[in-house]
Amino acid sequence: MSEAAAVERVFREEYGRLIASLVRRFGDIDVAEEAAGEALLTALEKWPASGVPPNPGGWLTTTATNRAIDRLRREKQRDAKHRAALMYDDDSPNEDTGPIEDDRLRLLFTCCHPALAPEARIALTLRLLGGLTVAEIAQAFLVPETTMAQRITRAKKKISAAHVPYRVPEAADLPLRLDGVLAVLFLVFNEGYLASGDGDPVRADLTGEAVRLARILRQLLPDEPEAAGLLGLLLLTEARRMARVRNGQLVPLGEQDRTAWDRVLIAEGHALVRECLVVNRPGRYQILAAINAVHTDAPSAQDTDWSQIVALYDQLIRLDPSPIVELNRAVAVAELDGPSVGLALIDRLPLTGYHAWQATRADLLRRLGRTAEAKEAYAAAINATQNTAERAYLSRKRGELV
Amino acid sequence: MTHYLLSVHGAADRGEYGDYGSKEAMEAAFAATGAFNDQLHADGYWVFAGGLQPATTATVVDGQGETPVVTDGPYLETKEIIGGFWIIDAPDLDVALKLAAEGSKACQGKVEVRPFEGVV
Repeated sequence: MSEAAAVERVFREEYGRLIASLVRRFGDIDVAEEAAGEALLTALEKWPASGVPPNPGGWLTTTATNRAIDRLRREKQRDAKHRAALMYDDDSPNEDTGPIEDDRLRLLFTCCHPALAPEARIALTLRLLGGLTVAEIAQAFLVPETTMAQRITRAKKKISAAHVPYRVPEAADLPLRLDGVLAVLFLVFNEGYLASGDGDPVRADLTGEAVRLARILRQLLPDEPEAAGLLGLLLLTEARRMARVRNGQLVPLGEQDRTAWDRVLIAEGHALVRECLVVNRPGRYQILAAINAVHTDAPSAQDTDWSQIVALYDQLIRLDPSPIVELNRAVAVAELDGPSVGLALIDRLPLTGYHAWQATRADLLRRLGRTAEAKEAYAAAINATQNTAERAYLSRKRGELV
Repeated sequence: MTHYLLSVHGAADRGEYGDYGSKEAMEAAFAATGAFNDQLHADGYWVFAGGLQPATTATVVDGQGETPVVTDGPYLETKEIIGGFWIIDAPDLDVALKLAAEGSKACQGKVEVRPFEGVV
């Protein structure tokens, strides 16, 4: 690794913490981003000669803070916004910060604020807490860089103009607001796990980032079982990532090489699920984690405890009666009671435009020997997805039908 | 503190009881709105508020040219219009959104929250 790359790696790891503390101190995201950028330039200049300092995060924060203060002093006559921002320039403890004191958590709740457009929440979270560049985020979501830049700029402008607070919500509002944060992290993960476009079918950078942020959330909110549930769910899913694509084709769970699963992540995920069971305040992500714990517990697909999985989906449907959950439940029912029972459940769901519905239906029709219908369903599934690995897998399955 | 406009959006066509289906519903909403207004005063968020006459009473004036041009009717012909509003002074958007939710429940209409750039 080159020296510049080493500096940039440290910078990315520290970015969320750095930006969050600068936002708290200066009360303005743009000021924070500019100062962080200047600190990076200084680090790129100094570290190759002097070596990475023992506490790089502290070094970056001090350097960026000094840069921001210098800049604000220089510009304070010119710009009313910066003048206002300078008012934050003191070391006094900040006001009412809610129950938990962590700058990153506060910023995460700001980025995922319900007043922002959903796609802006994801982009801001990746930009400010994940340290991804605008170009990287644009690439991840298949939009032109200028579009993504505008989306982020607009969201930042709204945060500043409408005074979206940098604050962890009060205990009474926390569950609802936490849902929004969990949803953003789950979406980021899912986009990485099965990319919606025709580029890389699996994006380890996005799944890894979602896991990292879920770890932070879990660490900062130890009493929220859904935060533990989300982390468990992501770990147990991420553990199977390496086995998920073979020769450019998606490999379904039942056909995966289970020796390629990451046992360390699985052990950690199982521990989280057990912890949630003890707390006994079930929620959507905890149940999804438990389902994935059952999958990762089985030595083979045949040995999977499908009745347990169906029971968990029944529990999930009571909390979240969505057709997607019904679809996933039907997959498990088909394993337990046979493909015709599963198919009957699937056929009444309003999901004809959804690739996973078509793909599941195709698989069940194939198993029932209804070849002509299966071929049609595979074709519909292929049309409904752009993911190259999924298309390759579905094309092979269709080709195998005679 | 930031000033926010909380504008109440409702149907442009009003019936006998304004935006409400019955006399009872209208009276209940008026009473709830009155109580909400009192609370805004008591909590120090109140700046100004008012209900508006129907959009048919609006007049558009364009004074950009040499002589002002006066046109009957609202600026935008839409099915939904602003029926009334509050201007509040709140510490941040979370407080403004919470108040907007209470106001929306009281007057039984959707409320748009928009920050002022400045107030003179």
